[in-house]
Amino acid sequence: MKLIKFLLLGIFFGIVMTKSEVVSWFRIQEMFRFQAFHMYGVIGTAVVLGAIIVFLIKKTKLKNNEGHPIEFHDKAFSIYRYLFGGIIFGLGWALTGACPGPIFVLIGNGYVVFILVALSAILGTFTYGLIRDKLPH
Amino acid sequence: MIELISQPWPWYVAGAGIALVLFLANWLGGEFGVSGALGTMCSMCGAGKKVPFFNVNWRNQLWNVVFVFGALIGGFVAGTWLSSPNDIQLSAATVQDLGNLGITDFTGLAPAEVFGLDQIFTLRTLVFAILGGFLVGFGTRYAGGCTSGHAISGLSNLQLPSLIAVIGFFIGGLAMTHLLLPFFMNL
Repeated sequence: MKLIKFLLLGIFFGIVMTKSEVVSWFRIQEMFRFQAFHMYGVIGTAVVLGAIIVFLIKKTKLKNNEGHPIEFHDKAFSIYRYLFGGIIFGLGWALTGACPGPIFVLIGNGYVVFILVALSAILGTFTYGLIRDKLPH
Repeated sequence: MIELISQPWPWYVAGAGIALVLFLANWLGGEFGVSGALGTMCSMCGAGKKVPFFNVNWRNQLWNVVFVFGALIGGFVAGTWLSSPNDIQLSAATVQDLGNLGITDFTGLAPAEVFGLDQIFTLRTLVFAILGGFLVGFGTRYAGGCTSGHAISGLSNLQLPSLIAVIGFFIGGLAMTHLLLPFFMNL
């Protein structure tokens, strides 16, 4: 049942990402060239509303639909992994014009080449797991 | 109704929609972070036998992979039945900059010169897809999240590590866009 709910949520997400053009390679280029407000508006609205949602969930100690309290975990502080990992992802984001969600949304939109992007992203994740002990975190 | 939905959605509708996904993902007993699904896929494929990092009970994380599969279906639904006949209204400056890089086709969601199916066996397209995808998959797991996990979920929870990650996203994205992209476009 939980899986069906997440399937429906994913479908909604895919429609939002497509209709708002967030999955567009061109829109990502526009963002990294600071030539339009669109992407900043999308992310900014999501973060402001998200912060209010997280604040209210914590304040009201809201329970999830399974009856357990909704918990937010603080991320362990470090600089290396977030900065280096972030830079590596950013390079790939600007090249493919897609972060992980949009890769799959674009496949659904009929962009067959992104199947290759997805497979390579899974390989990249696997490679990280393989060599993570050798990386500064 | 369909005609209204088929118009491109403004940024504030998209932002509100993403915030709603953030809320529902938490309320349904999960969280909003897409790149974790890539790790779960590795675990499902048996990567845990060789690499301890993936040796987790992936069945507990299956909702994440199902969400991503839903996103793919959502892309199909939007692209098939809700698509707008007009091109994306890009800024003129971006059209000019990308034109200087050799991009002339601004239809659809990605340039046909690079991501068209007929280009799949060209060196340029293979590099964009394989190198780009690898950097996305490697970088997001190294950073512990992507745009959804860090920029949306993490910043919404006022996490300093997520701010560092987002700064990293932009350092990488700006370097690729302004320094490296001309090289890759000339492949």
